[in-house]
Amino acid sequence: MAPSLAILGVFVIWPILVSFWYSLHNWTIGATDEPWVGFGNYVTLAKDPQFWNALGNTLVFTVASVVALVILGFLAASALTSEGLASRIVRSTFFFPTIVSLTSIGLVWKFLLDPDIGFVGGITQFFGAEPIDWLQSTSLALPAVIFVDVWKNVGFTMIIFLAGLKGVPQERYEAARLDGANNRQLVQYITIPSIRPTLLFATMILTIQSLQVFDLVYVMTGGGPLFKTDTLVTLIFRDGFVNFQTGYASAISWVLFAVIMAISGVLLRVFRYNDVD
Amino acid sequence: MSTDVQRAARRRQAGAVGPAIKWILLGVGVVVALVPFIWMVSGAFRSESDLFHNPASLIPTSITLHGFEGVWQELPFLRLLLNTVIFAGVTTLACLLFDSMCAYALARLRFRGRSIAFVLVIATLMVPFQVTLIPVFIELFHLNWLNTYQGLIIPRATSAFGIFLLRQFFISIPTELDEAARIDGAGHWRIYWQVILPLSKPALATVALLNFMNLWNDLLWPLVVTTSPDMRTLPAGLTLFGGEHITDHAVLLAGATISLLPLAIAFFLAQRYFVAGVATTGLK
Repeated sequence: MAPSLAILGVFVIWPILVSFWYSLHNWTIGATDEPWVGFGNYVTLAKDPQFWNALGNTLVFTVASVVALVILGFLAASALTSEGLASRIVRSTFFFPTIVSLTSIGLVWKFLLDPDIGFVGGITQFFGAEPIDWLQSTSLALPAVIFVDVWKNVGFTMIIFLAGLKGVPQERYEAARLDGANNRQLVQYITIPSIRPTLLFATMILTIQSLQVFDLVYVMTGGGPLFKTDTLVTLIFRDGFVNFQTGYASAISWVLFAVIMAISGVLLRVFRYNDVD
Repeated sequence: MSTDVQRAARRRQAGAVGPAIKWILLGVGVVVALVPFIWMVSGAFRSESDLFHNPASLIPTSITLHGFEGVWQELPFLRLLLNTVIFAGVTTLACLLFDSMCAYALARLRFRGRSIAFVLVIATLMVPFQVTLIPVFIELFHLNWLNTYQGLIIPRATSAFGIFLLRQFFISIPTELDEAARIDGAGHWRIYWQVILPLSKPALATVALLNFMNLWNDLLWPLVVTTSPDMRTLPAGLTLFGGEHITDHAVLLAGATISLLPLAIAFFLAQRYFVAGVATTGLK
């Protein structure tokens, strides 16, 4: 146990405390002094349009991808509960992108969406339209990144829902069917209430991961064009490891932590309020 | 009577149309899921002019190996691959050892501060990794550990998630087995090594697989703690070279294909463990 606690202590717990300490200083690596500024960094943040832009993009990314993932993951799981061969093959195919690195996926999609060489542009041209430069467009770059994130994580979400669906007792469906319920009523009154814990779990996990989005953005757009896909973590990376504004970047990371805690709290609330049993 | 028959017939029709639509949609989904991978692998074998002239094609007009040759010539690819193997492999093994030792102590030993230790471990799970990134970077800088294997590996050599998962599993193992071993004269080390670990193979396999996958695919961590091209891992190296000079797409696609290969093989051999791991932990 000692090694684990030593590593966690030195490389996780102590840095958490130190990080907050940094965030209270105006510290740039290489500067001679590191003046104490109290909550000055947080005040600067509140006035920084770059920060609000990154926060806005992160929230749009999170809401759009989590909603799409929960709906598509649930539909895919409901359609693929059987243990037949076809169903198993489709499940494996959907799940496969989960294990592939976001770097490879980002790289491949960046090329796929390229208007000159990309398959997507090729198909657009085949149908007689002009290929679109998705990732250079200020309005389409963020939706394109969201699409790729959803494409990667549908199978992951599906697997979580499949585990939840397996736990629903079949008798409930039979009893409801005897009472004359149709398919939509079965989903609305039996399936969704029965898998509510799974729904909460999937939403929480996906939300927390989406708020920390970095790899896809870094590889596909680098935060551009014109910062339209900049997110909180790409901002932390740029301020912390490119501009070396250590104190300021630490403050952003604490805001990220606060946002994660706040949204998780809201989600827990929402799902508990619907508690009927 | 006749309306009943008609209704039944209509229902049967609807019953056939429903699954048909379902399978058509699933088929579209499979195509959308697979096409990027097919394009990636085929693109690795295509020439630059082929890519520019036939963007709508999924197959090379003529197969060329210059993408794979370029990977070895233009990138320090062997070095990147070796770094990734060392980073992901050694870290996974260290994680398995340290996590299981810590989990054993939390599940089986009685000592003062045990519950505090457990709460601390769980608490670290709630703080996003990015909060600790900057202070860890500065610690590694002072230790002179940036651009070294120990810098890449040691801070990641234990995972709170692994400790938590293994502790839950160890608790489910009946303590009668420990007691029987103790009567035979075994100490804690032997109980841990010869009773608990062999019984925990499925849990260990899950933790190992998820850890290995995460480390193999990780981008932010190696990007931050390594700056010299010689110490980068595959994801960080590919990103860097992709950003610097995309003169040849086939080279990067070949690199992406090779970096995906080990996990793809592991997936085909041990899909069950991947799925079980993801379904129970929500980790990927």
